[in-house]
Amino acid sequence: MKKILLVIIVFFLVLPLFVESRFWLGFWTTTLFFALLGQSWNILGGYGGQVSFGHAVFFGTGAYVSAVLQVRLGLDAWTSAAIAVAAGALVGAFIGALSFRYGLRGSYFALVTLAFAEVFRVLANAWDFTGSGFGMLVPMKPGAANLQFADRSGFYYAILLLVVLAYALTWRVERSRFGAYLLAIRENEDAARALGINAFRIKLAAITLSGAMAAMAGVFYIQYYLFVDSHVGYGPAMSVNALLAPLIGGAGTVLGPLIGAVALGSLAELTSLLLGKEPGVNLLAFGVLLLVILRFLPNGLMGLLRGRS
Amino acid sequence: MLHIINFAHGSILMLALYAGFFLFTLGGVDPYLAVLILAPAFFAGGYLLQRYVIAPVSFGKDTNVLLVTLGLSIIIDNLALYLWTSNTRTIDVGYAQVFVDVGVTAVALPKLIALGAAVLIGILFWLLMTRTDAGKAIRAVSKERQGARIVGINVEHIFALSFGLGSAVVAIAACLLLPTFYVTPQVGNAFVLIAFTTVVLGGMGSFIGALVGGMVLGIVEAYSGLLLGESLGQIGIFVIFILVLLFRPTGLFGQRA
Repeated sequence: MKKILLVIIVFFLVLPLFVESRFWLGFWTTTLFFALLGQSWNILGGYGGQVSFGHAVFFGTGAYVSAVLQVRLGLDAWTSAAIAVAAGALVGAFIGALSFRYGLRGSYFALVTLAFAEVFRVLANAWDFTGSGFGMLVPMKPGAANLQFADRSGFYYAILLLVVLAYALTWRVERSRFGAYLLAIRENEDAARALGINAFRIKLAAITLSGAMAAMAGVFYIQYYLFVDSHVGYGPAMSVNALLAPLIGGAGTVLGPLIGAVALGSLAELTSLLLGKEPGVNLLAFGVLLLVILRFLPNGLMGLLRGRS
Repeated sequence: MLHIINFAHGSILMLALYAGFFLFTLGGVDPYLAVLILAPAFFAGGYLLQRYVIAPVSFGKDTNVLLVTLGLSIIIDNLALYLWTSNTRTIDVGYAQVFVDVGVTAVALPKLIALGAAVLIGILFWLLMTRTDAGKAIRAVSKERQGARIVGINVEHIFALSFGLGSAVVAIAACLLLPTFYVTPQVGNAFVLIAFTTVVLGGMGSFIGALVGGMVLGIVEAYSGLLLGESLGQIGIFVIFILVLLFRPTGLFGQRA
């Protein structure tokens, strides 16, 4: 396992030396971005079994808080990023405290997260302070102090670093007592409670961590694209993106979201190559892949790899 | 009724709206007549979808049903986008401009027909559920799935039947909407959460609840739009949805805790 990990990390480290075109560097940067967003969903949904349909609420909070602090309050990018991640954790704790306190499970939890994301979307779209319908534009000022890079490979290494950190953290969680509690809750919450596990606190910790990680993805997004509006930030599309990669790669596994993100990215390129860049074709293929995976590979692509070895 | 949370509901509505649109533009079929074609067609489609796609793919787990129907809605929406582009389409029927004086205000004739039809469908459904064997079987499956299986009810058939009925009603709703509404591939999305909110607010599986829930939501939507302005006004429905789920998940007329 460790050898495989080493190979993967070395592969990603030397990748920019071999990819010449901006296109492929961009492809791998967005793939790693989705791998990060997917891992944040995976901690709550994959390990904890709490399926969220509104992960955009955390992602958008990260992007928006970072943008608003930089543009409206003139804070530097590093401080803004730190506060934005904290804000993501806070929103996670808030939604978790409310919905877990009142015992929402399964599809009810999924729907309430979706509704929260929609509430945030409407608010961000209506409030002038967050740019209302126009969105937030962060001025381009390349430089490490502004967390912006003139060279595109700078962004690549930034997201790679975030992904390595997030995946290392997830790996630690998986092997910790906390991780074992999470799995127990996923498998049978009532039985876990009966064994003396404080399910509320464990789930709350998971959604807080998940919110912080998704906000981190949001922070990267705003520094990379320098723009967010309510549809990008809080719209259902980002929530769907967050859950597709782990479900396809393998929910509840460390490498699942990365494998899923690579699979989805490749599929998107393949479909536009074969069928042209018609709108909707990519997502159409994603939907079909999701159904096929749910039907035949309930453990995702990771299940396929594990089954062989 | 069976606690199937169907994320593809909005997409099915969108499909029905397109079907009605093409029946009118290509075949010259009036939307109200199209009910006779679309309701059976969507019943059959819904039945097959639940029986041969949703049930086998979800293995009967409720969050899986949510994911499968999400996948279906992604497929249907984007297929529509691919086939029919994102252009907004409307049909032009003469009677859409006919207004009926109802005392306090004048209402467009199609909206009045829609109201009457909604009440009629509500009554028919209530009769179906309480007076027929199929209705009894659906209620039995929703209360006690294993028990229903033991007394010889084909649970898979009942699930599919109930999904087909839901799709047929969606098709009827589409025909009622079409004269005064528009069609785009995304049109269904707006309805998904509103539909969930109506049902959750009224209490799952309660017909009076769905009717009252629908009316309450209509009033909330109108007033929050009026008081908070157009862009902030949409928040009312989502806030109600969250509050009901948190504090009264059984809804106003629900029975089970």
